[in-house]
Order: sequence, then structure tokens, then C-alpha cells
Amino acid sequence: MGVFLIVTIQVDMHDQLAMKLQDDLTSAIAKSESRGVLIDISSLEIVDSFIGRMLANIAAMSRVLDAHTVLVGMQPAVAITLVELGMSLPGVRTALNVESGMALLHSLSDHPKESEEDASSDT
Amino acid sequence: MPPRTLETLTLASVSDIVIARQRARHWAIEMKFSLVEQTKIVTAASELARNTVEHGGGGTMVISTDGNRIRQALKLTFEDKGLGIADVEQAMRDGFTTSGGMGLGLGGSKRLMNQFEIDSRLGQGTRVTVTRWK
Repeated sequence: MGVFLIVTIQVDMHDQLAMKLQDDLTSAIAKSESRGVLIDISSLEIVDSFIGRMLANIAAMSRVLDAHTVLVGMQPAVAITLVELGMSLPGVRTALNVESGMALLHSLSDHPKESEEDASSDT
Repeated sequence: MPPRTLETLTLASVSDIVIARQRARHWAIEMKFSLVEQTKIVTAASELARNTVEHGGGGTMVISTDGNRIRQALKLTFEDKGLGIADVEQAMRDGFTTSGGMGLGLGGSKRLMNQFEIDSRLGQGTRVTVTRWK
């Protein structure tokens, strides 16, 4: 189908909200038969081990459902802190911004059949 | 600058973890820590506040300053009256978890801060103090 889901996290999430996002997103992937999920975390001021685990879980669950997850927009200070904390988010694909994230999703879910709607911007 | 308590917060539920992050951020900005340092302080606060809520059955976080005219420090103290940690060395190790989490809370916060002290007594509770110097 080639449907992509885009999620923008705009608030400082408490743990239960993060769990709810994980569950809702996983259901949405299955329901919409998405091939990819783009998560924009550019407004997130920290990623602790809980949020990090949630992001890794979403990537793993989407993979099982035959979709790819790309994380975009991580702030440099967040990246530095995350690595020092000990989370390198293995298995999570990242891109610098939404545009290159979308390009990555397109290339990841490119099936050799008829090419989809996009002829849009490459980064 | 003598040691001074800035604020005391109650940590009872997961929403208090969010407040702990916000207050740690507030004081880190107030003390003019760089953005990367702020992020490290707030992340450590989040990890340790979660430990207090999830493992300690709730407790307090005290935000204070320490240091002298030349160097200042932001200090966070987390205290609970929970079960205590049986094996602190094991709990500090990355990947050790009793809650199904990542097991990065204690070891990770130690790496994010300059000083880390833990005092845990079985049946009495746990106190963790972390300090970040400017």
C-alpha cells in the first residue's frame, strides 16, 4: 500500500503516555497496513532509558509487522546524553530531518513493482 | 557560596518524574549550565526519580547547590524508605534490572554526572546523591 505514518512527539511524556503511544502506534501500523513510520523527536529535550526503550520497541514491533521505523530530528545534546547513558538504540534507523527521513523510508520500503506516487525531493 | 537547598519535591507517581525533570531543568538553567550539561542533569534526574518511584515506593528529591565562589555545583538527592538494594554493586551494573527496564538508571546517571554516591540499607531505604560541577 505504501502508507507511511508520521508521529511528532511534542510534549514531555510521562511513562504511561509513552507506553500508550507505543501501543497505539503498533495498532495503527497493522490497521493501516503501513510500510513505514517516521517519528519526529525534534521537540524532545531529553530521551531517558524509558523513552529510549519505547522507541526501540516501536522499531522492533513495526519490523515484525513488515514496516520500517525512522527516527528523525534528535537534538545533538540529546544524542550526546543518550550515548553516555548507555543507549545507542541499536536497530533504530535515524535521519537528520523529516525530509531525509521520508527519503529513507521510501528507499527502505521500495518494492520492485510499480514505483509509487513519489517523484518528489531527494536529499 | 555555602551549600544551599533550592527545592524539595515529593516523588509519588510517574507524573512526578516529569515534574522532577522540569525542576532540574529550571535550576540547571538558573545556574547557567550549558545545554549539553542541562540535558545530562535532566536525564539523570529522570532516571533516578523513576527509581525512587518504581523501586523505592516513592520518596523525595532535594535540589541544592554546593561549591565556592569559583566553582559551583548542582546537587540532586533522591531518598526513599523502600526495601533497599540487596547488592548495590550488581544494581550499578549496566543491564541489571528487576523491573524489565534497560537497567541503565544507576550506572547511566553515574556517567552523566561528576559525582555519585549511593547509600542503601535493606529494609530501610536508599539515598542517591549526584552532583554536577560547573
